[in-house]
Amino acid sequence: MQTWVFAEEIEGAPTSLTLEMLSKARTFGGDLAAVYLGAGSDTAFSTLGAHGATRVFHLAPGEGLPAAAAAAALAGLVEQRQPDLLLFGLAFTDRDVAGRLSARLDRPVLANAVDLHIGDGEVRVVNEILGGTTLVETAYRGPKPWIAIVRPKSFAAEAGAALTPEVIPVSLPDVGRAGSAVVLERHTEVSEGPDLEEAAIVVTAGRGVGGAEKMAPLTELASLLGAAMGGTRAVVDAGWLAYSLQVGQTGKTVRPSVYLAAGVSGAMQHLVGMKDSGTIIAINKDEEAPIFRIADLGIVGDLHKVVPKLVEELKARR
Amino acid sequence: MEPLSHTGSAMKIAVCVKQIPDPNTPYALDPETHFVQRPQDQVLDDTDRYGVEVGLQLAEATGGTVTLVSMGPAGSLQGIRQALAMGAHKAVVVNDPALRGSGALVTAKVLAAVLRKEEPDLVIAGTESTDGYTGVVPQELAELLGLPSLTFARKVSQADGKIHIERLSATGYDVVEADPPVLLTVTSGAVEPRYPTFKGIMAAKTKPIEQPTIADLGFGPGDVGPAGSAQEIVGVRAAPERGAGRKVVDEGEAHLDIVRLLEQVKVI
Repeated sequence: MQTWVFAEEIEGAPTSLTLEMLSKARTFGGDLAAVYLGAGSDTAFSTLGAHGATRVFHLAPGEGLPAAAAAAALAGLVEQRQPDLLLFGLAFTDRDVAGRLSARLDRPVLANAVDLHIGDGEVRVVNEILGGTTLVETAYRGPKPWIAIVRPKSFAAEAGAALTPEVIPVSLPDVGRAGSAVVLERHTEVSEGPDLEEAAIVVTAGRGVGGAEKMAPLTELASLLGAAMGGTRAVVDAGWLAYSLQVGQTGKTVRPSVYLAAGVSGAMQHLVGMKDSGTIIAINKDEEAPIFRIADLGIVGDLHKVVPKLVEELKARR
Repeated sequence: MEPLSHTGSAMKIAVCVKQIPDPNTPYALDPETHFVQRPQDQVLDDTDRYGVEVGLQLAEATGGTVTLVSMGPAGSLQGIRQALAMGAHKAVVVNDPALRGSGALVTAKVLAAVLRKEEPDLVIAGTESTDGYTGVVPQELAELLGLPSLTFARKVSQADGKIHIERLSATGYDVVEADPPVLLTVTSGAVEPRYPTFKGIMAAKTKPIEQPTIADLGFGPGDVGPAGSAQEIVGVRAAPERGAGRKVVDEGEAHLDIVRLLEQVKVI
């Protein structure tokens, strides 16, 4: 079994999603490699090694949007080395590369994997449909390599291999028009407080908050609890919070010990990003809001009344 | 929302859309095939309204046209007419029973076959569908058509004949640009989709909707459906249920229930 895990460099390091995939793939036995897209560094490579990669194919991107060229480079490598399974994360560049590679190799992609079963020469991908109520297991039925896209937080990232991987530089080919999108500027949206994906407590604002100017009590609550702030699609679309704080299918997947959702109705696309949280608390005016179906504590009420009182109570206890 | 400015020549725009069962009704799976059962009346996937709006704005700014491209059971075509009512000019819906159970790559191949005939300057799609959310069809399509792709756009503009977007990244956003022909995927924040007017709804009833079969597009039965998709659903089961807990109606003291729970789980 030869497994390759795609690793996009974000802020100089592999993402936790990459490390989660490597940790899982380590349990398959056999050969494990990372395909690293980014400037690269000894620290980054040794992190990959610590999570089980014995080999790193290093792709250094230029000024363009790298997906098309990265997919072409990967297709060449696949031809040469014949891996069995390629894992990508549910992340922007990963999805671009996986999709393009799928078309190049004429192999299907099984997406949204929350688990992978290996056995009897077969790989089965488990994904969740219908808002996480139903699990579907799908097997590949064509030639290898098999391609899967894995949801964040499906597996635990565990170091422990202490390997120094062999680093193999791979150049990105010129793919002509397909690779002609150019990156002109990069913007980092800095958010205060703990990192959304790593925080032990997440406070999420939904459409029910009603406006950017009404966010203050929730922000204060988050800061009192040492929590990260998150938002639903409606909230980031409306500009009340940065896009990078979106929780849900298109945004981040979180699994904190406590998830407090205020004014969140609980659309399917939101639930898939947070339903595995430890304790879920929801405040919503609508008694029928779907979020109440998975909340450990559901408060039917006006968040603009409940949250300020909660803030006062927490302050009084300090 | 400012309309996209006009600087280029008339753009021929194709918007990929999907009809899905109304997400407000419970979905059912066919017990034998495990495919989602699709009613006659399906709705336009809400996430596609943004792509249609971006397409319409660019078409209006340049004196161009918008063609909807779709694959799947046509049913009553209600969802397609929703997008036509917004202002799209015509639609091509590949509707063939052999397509049932096709994976993302087969979907992309079929859409690519339609698009090769249409030769648009711009192909627009949502980032993923609400019902299936595989989220790779647009990228597969770009590769099959040899197009650059501007993906995950939260903002789209056009100047000097080039398309600019703000592309979502893990840490914020990037400004990315490409020359048409190009494929674009838009997130739901990109624009404010218009509501169809009465006039638009009436006009949609007579707008042309082509319904080619797979044979018309050069595919055989083995190229599509489960056989052509090289994947097979081998099991479907209910996920371990996370039951609802306690529900409290706030009568002024509900915040104390939250405090008690936070104490119980030892975060305060």
